[in-house]
Amino acid sequence: MIQNVDYLAIAPPLVLALAGLAMLLLDAFLPRSGWTHAGALAGVLVAGAMEVWLAFDGPHRTFCVGETCSYVVDTFTVLFQSVMLIAGLVVVLIARAEVRGTRLPAGEFYFLLLAALAGALTLAAGRDLITLVVALEVVSLPLFALVALRRYDGRSTEAGLKMFLVSVISTAVMLFGVSLVYGATGTLFLEPISAALRRPEMPHGVAAAGAVLVLVGFGFKVSAVPFHFWAPDTYQGAPIAVAAFLSVASKAAGFAGLALVLTVAFGPLANVWGPLVAALAALTMTAGNLVALRQRTAMRLLAWSSIAQAGYMLAPLGAAAGVTGDPALRDLVAATVGYLAIYSVMNLGVFAIVAFAGWIGRHGGGLIEDYRGLFRTHPVTALALAFFLACLAGLPPGLAGLFAKIVVFRGTLTGGYGWLGVIMAVNTVLGLYYYLAWASRLFAPDPAVHFGRVPRYVTAAILVAAAGTLLVSVAPQIVLGVAPGG
Amino acid sequence: MSVLTVLLVALPLAGCLAVLGVPERVAVWFGVVLTGATLVVAVVVAAVFDYHRSGTVQLSVDGSWIPSIGLRFHLGVDGISLPLVVLTALLCALSAVYLSRPAGAPERPRAFTALLLLTEVGMIGTFVSLDLLLFFVFFEVVLVPMYAIIAGWGGGPGRTAAARQFILYTLLGSGVLLVGLLVIYSQTSTLDMVALAQRAGTGIGHTVQVIAFLLVAGGLAVKVPMWPLHSWLPDAHTEAPTVGSVLLAGVLLKMGTYGMVRIAVPMLPEGARVLAPALGALGVVGIIYAALACLAQRNLKRLIAFSSVGHMGFVLLGIATLTPVGINAALFGNIAHGLITGLLFFLAGGVAQRYGGTDLDRLGGGMLATVPRLGSLLVVAAVASLGLPGLAGFWGEMLAMLSAFRPGGDLNRGLYLTFMVVAGLGAVLTAAYFLVMLRKVAQGTASPRWAGTVIADVTAREWVAWAPLVVLFVAAGLWPGLVLGVTDGAVRGLLGGG
Repeated sequence: MIQNVDYLAIAPPLVLALAGLAMLLLDAFLPRSGWTHAGALAGVLVAGAMEVWLAFDGPHRTFCVGETCSYVVDTFTVLFQSVMLIAGLVVVLIARAEVRGTRLPAGEFYFLLLAALAGALTLAAGRDLITLVVALEVVSLPLFALVALRRYDGRSTEAGLKMFLVSVISTAVMLFGVSLVYGATGTLFLEPISAALRRPEMPHGVAAAGAVLVLVGFGFKVSAVPFHFWAPDTYQGAPIAVAAFLSVASKAAGFAGLALVLTVAFGPLANVWGPLVAALAALTMTAGNLVALRQRTAMRLLAWSSIAQAGYMLAPLGAAAGVTGDPALRDLVAATVGYLAIYSVMNLGVFAIVAFAGWIGRHGGGLIEDYRGLFRTHPVTALALAFFLACLAGLPPGLAGLFAKIVVFRGTLTGGYGWLGVIMAVNTVLGLYYYLAWASRLFAPDPAVHFGRVPRYVTAAILVAAAGTLLVSVAPQIVLGVAPGG
Repeated sequence: MSVLTVLLVALPLAGCLAVLGVPERVAVWFGVVLTGATLVVAVVVAAVFDYHRSGTVQLSVDGSWIPSIGLRFHLGVDGISLPLVVLTALLCALSAVYLSRPAGAPERPRAFTALLLLTEVGMIGTFVSLDLLLFFVFFEVVLVPMYAIIAGWGGGPGRTAAARQFILYTLLGSGVLLVGLLVIYSQTSTLDMVALAQRAGTGIGHTVQVIAFLLVAGGLAVKVPMWPLHSWLPDAHTEAPTVGSVLLAGVLLKMGTYGMVRIAVPMLPEGARVLAPALGALGVVGIIYAALACLAQRNLKRLIAFSSVGHMGFVLLGIATLTPVGINAALFGNIAHGLITGLLFFLAGGVAQRYGGTDLDRLGGGMLATVPRLGSLLVVAAVASLGLPGLAGFWGEMLAMLSAFRPGGDLNRGLYLTFMVVAGLGAVLTAAYFLVMLRKVAQGTASPRWAGTVIADVTAREWVAWAPLVVLFVAAGLWPGLVLGVTDGAVRGLLGGG
């Protein structure tokens, strides 16, 4: 069988993978981190240009068997890939100072980062279970190494190991689920699975067990409670840029996979996984927020807050059992996707500023207390951080966050899950408490730590995140209403 | 003409951004100009408004904003929102004038002016929104700037805690409100407030209406504030700077009762019928509770803050009767309370500035003798607040009690008569605590503590800021038709001709 590969469709991940390899070689022969950094940046930008081309070019499909394709570029894919590329851009920008400052090996760092990014992009386009699992591993494997890259720090190694163990277990669980689904339906392509599940002679119990196991596997990746243990320690031990990648690109990859699998493949089983996801959502946001209340370091606070935010993202999917028909289900997924996209840009902003604060003592990003009085020394940076935090809390002037909040509430209530909506309402108050505690410290009169000038690349990263957040504040339309198959 | 409605929101918003670019020393004047311009726009809106059709939305703007969640940029004014819009613009402009006193400029005036203007955007936006989610967005806009005003410019050591309590408490309310609004949306698939009001709940089942009313009214009740959800209010009002208290009491609280009149009652009539007695009961408990709390207060600012809870109790009672008279009373009470309590907080600020505090025992008596004009203003405002006939405070309370005498539809009349009696008792207690306060502060002889100090009387700038409020509450008291004539048509339209 001869396959015609549509190279434009796979161009963004391909460019990233090639750029990663090139940087590894470049660094081996010409070990100057500035060059490697510029090369990685160029790779992300070229991939971004390809993505823009794809966005205007209409849907692409490749690696097809008959009518079903393994790799599809539709609006859903384009949105996710764009979010991941923006995340990649910001991470590369903030990594420069950290790679130099904390003596990370530049060639390996950028190679691993671009490889993980390529995997994340592939995942968003994958439309069969094998592609999804392989892509997920392509995201995860480089990340273990990246997390442990601060080799002189024991906590970094511990973080890498923890993440590795959890991730391997989750992959094993997911593969077992995949095998059950394959056994029951006889196919690995997402749409045919859905069609098979609708047939009356289907062994429902087996398929449902498989779906739940796949859900558990993705639960680890998006760090939903109770599969979240690895996240706080990993964020804390990892380089800041890597933590940013974990919190945004890696999480986006997990959610892309979850959205695809749950709705395109397991849509007919919504009454099985729906209530489960609703329970996970309630548990995740509540536990995440409650623990975040007690955090004193920036990085652990962000870790727990990103767990809580994952809970909000799961909520509309949790309401899936309450709706009937594919269009309604697609609306719910669109709510999750919209929230994720908006969350990504605003969270990147926070990470960019935390990266500017850098390593203070033994803490990446320092203590929350270290940000006291930042407004006196760096007014614009402090205002930007306050704005991003307001967005995360979902309060104007952070309009983007407010719209994101409205979208997930709306999705959840469309499914008739009023109780989940009320839990979310209480959780937004918990969330506001700690975001506010951080933001109000910025305006305290007495600066605690003297931060130097903001490096040029970090400024660029903050600007990218701010521009993205402002864009989705004014025109959230661009990231809303996007679901797989659209 | 509909550009006027957009200007009401756009002017302060543009000002809020622009003021960050002007030098600190002209920032306050910039604020005066911007809020003044907004007031002019509000007055022009009031002038071109067709009062014969006060029930229909006028000067409306309707554009698409975020189609995928059905959010439209839909603004307009009718007889219910118009008085509140004018009140908001007026209080903001007077606040800016008050800030421009030679001795009164706040620290970091640029930031303060920007926050003041942002608050104005949110407040006016809430009153002119005709889309449920847009209403919610504007409702939320107010929170952060008001938090920052209290936490950044507040007077006492407890300001950070008070500000935090304010924002967390009200955010909880608005979260519940959002759930309620979306329940309405999920049943009707529209966010258009005009259409929803006309529909009057058709298509929403009985149980869902009750739940939605509970969520919407419960969420708004935090803002009102309704007893027992009021506990954020005394601290926030006491700790806030004068202008913050004025806007909190004068306008922010009205956003809650406005939401009830505009959303909860007309859109969920069956839910309202079930839960109105509870609303009325909590309202009258609030009246009595606030009056008793006021009798025990030793601080002027805190006393005025608690009196707000009582006045809003009357407003809630009016709404709970579900009759045109009651709702008109509520809307009138809103305006009257905004004018009178706004002035009371201005005066409390003036007193604090002159005496270095508002502790009643420390102030001592004799204000009428030492600062006769300030003292007289305090007396006038206090008697207006306690509901002396001929001043604005009277009509809101009297009409609310009158409407409780004849509640709407199938509401339990005996229960409402009890409410009326209790509210009447509350009115007497209100008179009592204000008179006690006046006897302590205004009358008697000056405390020897102030013997050596020269205390200035009302300055020219203060007159400019305060006199309009006195004029208006006297005018509204003598001629209540000034407000009722505007609201009545709209209220009857909202209640389906009732």
